[in-house]
Parts: sequence; C-alpha cells; structure tokens
Amino acid sequence: MENIRYDLITALPEMIIVSMAMLILLADLFLKPANRIAIYVLAQVALLAAAYFTFSTHVPSVTYAFTGAFVDDAMADVLKLMIYLGTSVIFVYSRQYIQQRDMFRGEFYALALFSVLGMMIMVSGQSLLTLYVGLELLSLSLYALVALDRDNAKATEAAMKYFVLGALASGMLLYGMSMIYGMTGSLNIAEINTALMSGAKIHSVLILGLVFIVSGLAFKLGAVPFQMWVPDVYEGSPTAVTLLISSVPKLAAFAFVIRLLVLALPTLAVDWQQMLVIMAVLSIVIGNITAIAQTNLKRMLAYSTISHIGFLLYGLMSATTNGFIFAMFYVVSYVMMTLAGFGIILLLSRQGFEADQLDDLKGLNQRSPWHAFLMLIVMFSMAGVPPTLGFYAKFGVLQAALAAGYLWLVVFAVLMAVIGAFYYLRVIKLMYFDEPVDHHPIEAPWDMRIVLGFNALALLVVGIMPERLMEICIYTITSSLS
Amino acid sequence: MLNYFYHHILSFTIWLPVLAGIAVLASADENKPNLSRWLALFGGIISFLVSIPLYTHFNFTDGGFQFQEGFSWIPAFNINYHLGADGLAVPLILLTSFTTLIVIISAWEVIQQRVAQYMACFLIMSGLMIGVFSALDAILYYVFWEAMLIPMFLVIGIWGGPNRVYATVKFFLYTLLGSLLMLVAFIYLYLSTGSFEITDYYKFAMPLNVQVLIFLAFFAAFAVKIPMWPVHTWLPDAHVEAPTGGSVVLAAIALKLGGYSFLRFAMPIAPDAAQHLSGYIIALSLIAIVYIALVALVQKDMKKLIAYSSISHMGFVTLGFFIFNNLGLEGAIVQMISHGFISAAMFLCVGVLYDRVHSRQIESYGGVANTMPVFAAFAVFFAMGNTGLPGTSGFVGEFMVILGAIQSNFWYAFLASFTLIFGAAYTLWMVKRVFYGEVANEKVAALKDLNKREFLILAILATMVLALGVYPQPLTDMTNATVVQLLTQLSQSKLPVGLGL
Repeated sequence: MENIRYDLITALPEMIIVSMAMLILLADLFLKPANRIAIYVLAQVALLAAAYFTFSTHVPSVTYAFTGAFVDDAMADVLKLMIYLGTSVIFVYSRQYIQQRDMFRGEFYALALFSVLGMMIMVSGQSLLTLYVGLELLSLSLYALVALDRDNAKATEAAMKYFVLGALASGMLLYGMSMIYGMTGSLNIAEINTALMSGAKIHSVLILGLVFIVSGLAFKLGAVPFQMWVPDVYEGSPTAVTLLISSVPKLAAFAFVIRLLVLALPTLAVDWQQMLVIMAVLSIVIGNITAIAQTNLKRMLAYSTISHIGFLLYGLMSATTNGFIFAMFYVVSYVMMTLAGFGIILLLSRQGFEADQLDDLKGLNQRSPWHAFLMLIVMFSMAGVPPTLGFYAKFGVLQAALAAGYLWLVVFAVLMAVIGAFYYLRVIKLMYFDEPVDHHPIEAPWDMRIVLGFNALALLVVGIMPERLMEICIYTITSSLS
Repeated sequence: MLNYFYHHILSFTIWLPVLAGIAVLASADENKPNLSRWLALFGGIISFLVSIPLYTHFNFTDGGFQFQEGFSWIPAFNINYHLGADGLAVPLILLTSFTTLIVIISAWEVIQQRVAQYMACFLIMSGLMIGVFSALDAILYYVFWEAMLIPMFLVIGIWGGPNRVYATVKFFLYTLLGSLLMLVAFIYLYLSTGSFEITDYYKFAMPLNVQVLIFLAFFAAFAVKIPMWPVHTWLPDAHVEAPTGGSVVLAAIALKLGGYSFLRFAMPIAPDAAQHLSGYIIALSLIAIVYIALVALVQKDMKKLIAYSSISHMGFVTLGFFIFNNLGLEGAIVQMISHGFISAAMFLCVGVLYDRVHSRQIESYGGVANTMPVFAAFAVFFAMGNTGLPGTSGFVGEFMVILGAIQSNFWYAFLASFTLIFGAAYTLWMVKRVFYGEVANEKVAALKDLNKREFLILAILATMVLALGVYPQPLTDMTNATVVQLLTQLSQSKLPVGLGL
C-alpha cells in the first residue's frame, strides 16, 4: 500500500494531466458554446498545476516507480517542464484559429492533453513497454487531432496517411523491441544494458532488433529515408495541429532516443552510430534541397524540419556526452523556432483564409514591421546565422561531431547549411523586398501578440546569451547519464 | 565615470551605434521621417566622437593589443567577450565610424521610403563591423562577422535597383559559404587548444598539412570578402544594385574586413602555410591587378567600373600582404585606408549623378563639367586619387607596395605597376566621357550643381584624400609597431619541433 502511494506521488503530474483531460471532456458536455473559454482556461490550469508539481518535487537524484517501469530523473523533469511550456504556448497561439474554424471544442484540448500525457510517459519510460505505450498514446491523439476538422478532405487524407504509416512504424519498433527482449530477457532499460554488458549474446539478432528500433525511431522523428509522411501531414493538418505535431513531440522523441539507444543499448553504439550517420547526411541533403522547390510555407517548414532532424542526428551520432548535450540544445532551440514560425502563420490566418502559401508573406514589412522583424529573427535562426539561437544550436552539434572525428561530414553539413539558407532568405525576401498583395489588417488577441513577441525575441536574446540554456542541457544530460 | 568610459571605450564604440540604430527603429514613423533622420545623425555623430579617443589615447610604440577589456561570456565553451585593438584595427575602426556618418548625411534626401529602417541598418552595421575589428575571441569575431551580413542583406534588398534580389542573395550566400568553412577551422582550433582566444592560436604549433587546411578554410572566407579573383563575382552585382550608401559601406569597409582578417587570422595562425602558398596568392593578386583592370576598362556602367576598380585595388592589398616585407605590408594597410576614402567618394559621386538623372550608364552623360563645374572638380580630383596620382592618398599605398614588391621579385613589381597605366586608362576615360566634351542631352543640360549637403561630404572626403596623400605619417606611425611585430610573427615557423617536412 505504501508502495502504491509512493508510485502515485512520483507520477503526480501525469495524474493531474489525465484527470484534467477527463474533466474537460465532461465539462464540455455541460457548457454552452459561449462559455467554452472555460475549457481553455482549464487546459492551461492543468499544465500550470503539472508544472508546479514537476518543479517542486524535482531532486537531482533518480527515483523509480511502478516496479522500475517509470523513472523520474533530471531529464524527465526538465523535458516535462519544457513540454508544458511549449504546449501552453501552443494553446495561446491556436485559440483564435480554432475558434474561427469551429474546432474550439473540448475534444481539441482533451486530445492535446492526452498527447501531452503520452509525451510525459515517453520522457519517463524506464521499460520498453512504458516507452511504447507513451508513444502510442501520443500518436493516437495526434492522428485524431489531424482529423478533427471532419469536413476538410485534405486533413482527412493527411490523418489517414499519418495513421497508416505511423502504425507501420510502431509495428517495426515493437518488433525490434521484442528481439531485444528475446536476447536479454528483460524489458527494463537498466537491466537490458547490464545483460548486454555481460556479453555472450547472438550479435546478429541484436542487430536485427536494432535496425527495426532505429527505423521506428526515424519514422517518428521524420528522418530520411522515413520522412515521406512529414510534408503531407504538415500541409494537410489544420495549422494549429501542425504546430502541435511539429514542435513539442520532438522533445519527447529526443528522450525516447536517449533512453532506448543511449541508456539501453550503449553496447551497440558502434552499430547505431553508423545508421545515424547515414540518416543524418540524407536528412540534411533531402530536407534542404527539396525545401527549395516548395511554394507552400507549411511544406517548406516540413522539409526544413527534416533537415533540422539531420542536424540533431549529427549531435546524437557522435555518441559522446558532449554530443547528447548539444543534441538536446538543438531540440530545444528547434522547438522554440518552430513555435514562433508557425505562430506567425497562425497570426496571419483569419476567418476563411489560411496564410499557408509563401506568397501570403509578401510585403509583411509594410503591413506590420514588428511581425516581419519577428519572422526575420525566426528565419535567420533557422538558417543558423548569429546572433540568433540557431547559430549556437548548429555550432554545438557540429563541434560535437568534429570532436568525434567526423571532419568531412561536418564540412558537408556546412555546405548544406548554405543551401538551406537560400530558402530561409527567400522568406525574408518576400517579406521585405516585395510589395504586399494582401492588405487585411492583422487581427490577433493581445495575449498571442505578447507571447509571440517573447517567443521570437527569445531566439535573439538567448542567442546573445546562450549560457543559461547550455547549463540546463549540461545539467540534464550529465545527471541523467551518470 | 570618465574612467569607466576609457576602460570600456571599444564597447562604447560598438554598442552606441547599435543602440542608436534601435532607437531610430523605435522612432519609425512614415509621416515624420525627419525625426528619424535627426536621431540617426545625432547617433552617428556621437558614435564618431566616441571613437576619437582611440586615436588620441593610442600608444604608438606598442605593437600589441590596446584598450583591452573582457569578461567570460559562454563558460561552457570558454568563450570570452574579449575586445582589443592594435595599430591595424584602430585606423579601420575610425574609418568605419567616419564612413557611417558620411552615409547618414548622404542619404538625407535621397532615401524617402522607410527612412528609419535605412538609417538603423547603417548604424547597426557600423557597430557590428567595429566589433569585427576589435574582437579578440574567435566566436565573438564570428558572431559580429556574420551578423553584419543581415543589415547589408536588407539594405541591398529593400532599397536596391531592379535586380536587387539576385544581387543580395548572391552576396549573402557567397559570404556565408566562406564564413562557415572558417567556423569549422575555429572549431578545429578550439578542440586542439581548448580556447577561442585568438592570441592562443598564435602560439599553437601545427604540422604543415594541418596548417594548409586551416589556411584554406580561412582563405575561403576572406578571399570572398576582400574579394579576390576568381571569387569576386558577387561584388559587381552587389555594387550595381545597392543604394549609394550600401555601395559606400561595401567598398569602404566591408572589403577591408577581408583584408584585416587575413592579417589577424589566416597569416599569423598558419604562417608556414601562408609562406608555402604565397606564390599562388600572389599570382591571383596579379591577375586581379592586371586582368580585372582590363575588365574595368570595358564597363558601360559607372558603378560596375568602380566595383572592378575596387577589386583591382584589393589585389594590391593581397599582393602587399604576401610578399612578407615591411614596405609591402605597410603599403597594403595604407592602401586599404586610402581606398576606403576614395572608393566612398567615387560611389558618392555616382550617387550625385544618379539622383539627378537616374542612370548609371556612362553613355547617358557627357559634358557634365559644363553644367556642374564644382562637382566636376571634385570628381576629377577623386579620379586622380583612384589612379594613384602623387599627392593623393592613392599614390602612397601603391608606391609602397610596388617598392616592397621590387625587394621581393622584380617581375611582381613589373606586373603590378601596370595598374598605374590601366588604372589611369579606365578612370580617366570614364571621366572624359562623362564630364568633358559637349553637353550630351537635355537632361545633362538641366543639371544643377551640388547642394550644400553634397558639397560638405565631398569636401570632407577630398580633404582626407589630400591629407593622407601629402602627410601619411600619422597613419604609418600608428601601424608601424604592429607591422614590425606581425612580420616577426610571420617569420617564425610554427611547425612542431622535430617534425620538419
């Protein structure tokens, strides 16, 4: 009995999120449409409460719960806090958008909170099954969210594609896990590691399992050659949902990779390093080159995501603590940039109009110099030009890869970054050098304007003073890996 | 208070213009452009005044870094906010703040749209470029170096000519490619030495093959920036499309970033590679001096002609660097400063004509001297400076470099001295076609001579060109100690002992 109590307290933030999600579903039944704003408030309160408990119960040491299937360490806490913050920002950005499109219902917030719960379980999973359950919870919520706008044929198609390919990836992941389980006799991350350390396992079976696991992970991350769902889903989903898909889940996916590859299978590092190298290089090439040909802003950002994932893999493939620290730094920077980038698209959209074409940005500097400036920061940050955050993100992973001896791969990445800069510059060109075609005034609620301002300026401010964020990443990774 | 200022003088010269730029942006109001103009002028004057103590408080006998200041910026990577300036940096810093002031005045009536953004771009760019000249930490340097691309990208793209998008994207991508390779070199040096301090790199011994790779990575960045043949092609495009202010800053300062960085990074960090590869670089420089001068001869567009002339003059600078002697090096530095004044003045002259006739083609003009006598006098004077007439600043640098080249190899000097012929040919031929002869058309006939504002800036520049030509000693005194120190540094091999190749 004592044990259960202890377990529940360790997972208190998860409990809060799941109860609030259910409460929202119930409350939605009794609320008049005019009062639905209460649901929004409830969802924000849920995140705030979870953040409070995650923060206040944080200790540098590691706690296990539920017979070792659940872990509460520094990485879990820090990433969870970032997930709450990111989701809260998403709620702020998307409120007006979903109100105008008749999606402002309990389902949106309940599903979003369930996806947050899935991410939290992924971040805290200490057993292959917990990790898998978390991933499925996240994925299923996202499939449903994509299809939330029922009458939209494009969204339905995207949801279908996302679901079929996602289910395939989950299957591969599970299959790989089963092989690892077969070889080690355990589902627990730490026990798998000890079992592999003791040697005398059939290497070929392990490698086969590893290939499936890495493929499944690559699918979820959207790394080449498993990237084909990314652009279609990004384009087809309602922008508010694209914002959710493209941003915070990457934090959870990062934790997932660290737990599976780094904590459970470090003995196979030589093997997964090679796979990551290939995926990293391909992702950077295909992401950057294909992005040039896009006319749809959401598709362009999808390919840009693929190339960012490539850079993230540069950090992971070095398989050093240094590399993991800056992979985390990259993920966090990426999430901040993506939130701000899609935030601008949501800002420019209005009733009956999606600002998802590149041409919709034309002449933004004349319509609103302030928002053009914010987007300018986002684009230069994505291109990795100092003094923005994106520069240190790229700098960090590249120095880690160079320290691991990948000199020519780093030179190659740098050349690709120049190609990537081209399509980010094109966005700036449209905003600053072209005349506006759309003269509607930009309407957005005050809270969205403020948060968006902070979000984009943070890219500049943290870019000038990146020390705090680096310290957080160093603290997180070093205390979780030791 | 004053003491605090003197201890942080470089920080003030960097951040005051940046802050002024932000203030101008905040004042943006399309209906009240004069507010932005006066604010920008005020900011420019203050920034210039603040930089003057760099000259008055300079210790002329010290070849090392002065006005040093710093604190730990990113301890995780041992990156410091470390500033300092030597006899090479201080003249360029002064040139930067001076040129920015000139640009602000010259844009007064010419720029009518988005005035605040225009002024702010130049003020911020000025601070960032001074940052490049005074950073002693590689990452700090890199951040300034890249960040200055952003305002320049916007200046060319927003206020430029018809083909501005192509020109500005080309400019940005060319420079970015070179700089990123330099970043890889910095990371390599950091992983080897555990530091981003430039002075630590000076002491770090490397085998020749590593030095060559490091040198080439730097070369990719600086050769594009300065620019050297054959990676110069972005410059004519950028110059032609840029607004007058953009051309002035590009020619007067941005090119010098490349020259400065050769002396600050590439050569002292990899001296053996620099010696080893000097033959190739001298060859490229001579091609630039002779071939590019011939290219300039056939240009029909005045701005393009001056752009090619800039590349040719920069060939002199790299030639002076890589003959490794005192005269050559000092001549190259004088040439950089002098070119800063002369090219700025030439672009402003083209700007004066362009504002009135809206054409940069030589054939649109003829007999301008008849309608604009005062302006013609200035233009001919600057043209003489550009050809290197004795008595103007253009002569001093070129003469010193040629003398230095004779000490090194007669044929270098022989080829380099062709510039005196070709330079005179393309410049004077342009002057003849534009200013002399009969009045070509009614547009030229209707021209009005310089107004007070234009007269003021051209007069200031003419004074500088003349002063530097007649009495270059204040400048050479400043650079002397640094040049001597640099040459000692360059002559000492950094190959690891016992690993001689």
